[in-house]
Amino acid sequence: MIEVQGLSKKFGDAQVLTDISAVFQQGKVNQVIGKSGSGKSVLAKCIVGLYTPEEGRVLYRGGSFHEMDVEEKRAIRQRIGMLFQGSALFDSLTVIENVMFPLRMFGKTSRSEMEDRAHSCLKRVNIVDKDQLYPAELSGGMQKRVGIARAITMNPEYLFCDEPNSGLDPQTSIVIDDLIKEITEEFGTTTIVITHDMNSVMETGEHIIFIHKGRKWWEGDRDQLLNSDNPELNEFVFAGSLMRQVKRAMTGGA
Amino acid sequence: MKIFFHIGRYFLLVRDTFGRPERLSLYWSRTLEEMDLLGVKSLGIVALLSAFMGAVITIQTKTNIDSPLIQAWVVGFATRQSTILEFSPTIISLILAGKVGSNIAAEIGSMRVKEQIDALDIMGINSAGYLILPKIVATMLINPFLIMISMFLSIFGGWLAGVQTGIVDSTDFIYGIQSGFKPYHVVYALTKTVIFAFIITTVSAYHGFYTQGGTREVGISSTRAVVFSNVVILFANLVLTQLLLI
Repeated sequence: MIEVQGLSKKFGDAQVLTDISAVFQQGKVNQVIGKSGSGKSVLAKCIVGLYTPEEGRVLYRGGSFHEMDVEEKRAIRQRIGMLFQGSALFDSLTVIENVMFPLRMFGKTSRSEMEDRAHSCLKRVNIVDKDQLYPAELSGGMQKRVGIARAITMNPEYLFCDEPNSGLDPQTSIVIDDLIKEITEEFGTTTIVITHDMNSVMETGEHIIFIHKGRKWWEGDRDQLLNSDNPELNEFVFAGSLMRQVKRAMTGGA
Repeated sequence: MKIFFHIGRYFLLVRDTFGRPERLSLYWSRTLEEMDLLGVKSLGIVALLSAFMGAVITIQTKTNIDSPLIQAWVVGFATRQSTILEFSPTIISLILAGKVGSNIAAEIGSMRVKEQIDALDIMGINSAGYLILPKIVATMLINPFLIMISMFLSIFGGWLAGVQTGIVDSTDFIYGIQSGFKPYHVVYALTKTVIFAFIITTVSAYHGFYTQGGTREVGISSTRAVVFSNVVILFANLVLTQLLLI
């Protein structure tokens, strides 16, 4: 479980996040949704410690991350897996080397055991025969899957996914969403997905937080999301024609 | 006032770079790779420049001191002194700042804009240490060898040009390069080389590490890395010459 208490962040004079508090539950896919520029990625970067907030705390197992010393922070980070929007695979390393990378840095096992572990992670994300290719030789969807494999190599307690569906076709998006959901259930991770893709929200969202103008505007589950009377949330959720059709079907086709 | 911000952030980055390595063996293998990439692969340009510059120094020295009052061996002496004291350690370092510095800034800058440095940080890896320390160690170890090769080839180039064009006799030239030789001058040159290697790597890495934006900004960082490395090398050259030679 990760808890955020009164988090505020600004860049120069621009207030990006204001007084955000939330609890991200273990074993669930927690989704942070909002328009582009609403501050959801900044929130994720504050939670993983890439940004230091001006106010507020991020609690991992009750301990405040930004008040920890370097070694404590390092220990927490070794329990975090993150899938980046652009996958962030290392260009000069092959697929298998990318997945093995955290193990080579922190693992205490032999090279063959590391390779076995990396292969099992790749198998888990359905990539079995591409391990000697370089990231540039993979499609966007495959890169995401390798990114997930690398994120789960160290058996993380916390899984962060920043826009996991960006640049992917709808079918591949569903594959990635399902994978994130399965891994969350299988490993019991506290998963936080940053997205503005409503298909993804409907596929995997169990606990949803809507960020608007840098504030937590709404919180709930999928059913509550569809039936909310919050105007800003509705404007965001039902912006697409597909979601408007869903809404019409729910309300009797008016 | 922005200059103080950059100087402060540069020193903080250098401090982080020397943080405890997660796995020493991995850092060492990266250091060997960097020695090949940044050092061995620069050998061609260093050799070419050194030989031609040595030749030019010899010809220019001869044409400028063509007086019966000045003995012929002075050409060899001047070529050796120019090469060891200034040309090889400083000019070659400036050229390496262009080649190696832009490479470092572009590589690290690309990693920054593609979020690969964030990925390292989130894994709990000291990204500055992992990316920059092997480059610092590699250049500080390999550059003195490059400069020694440069010294040899420059003097050799000078001798070859002088003898082949007939402007200086081989015996006179060799007497000149042996005359009044002070081994300390080589120590001085190599000391400068090691410090310049540190400057090239850290200044270039700084510009790459704090790149913000996209590919255009990576290009800008690369250019800045070369410009600032050159400026700092020139300033450091003045200070080191004052400290070590006078």
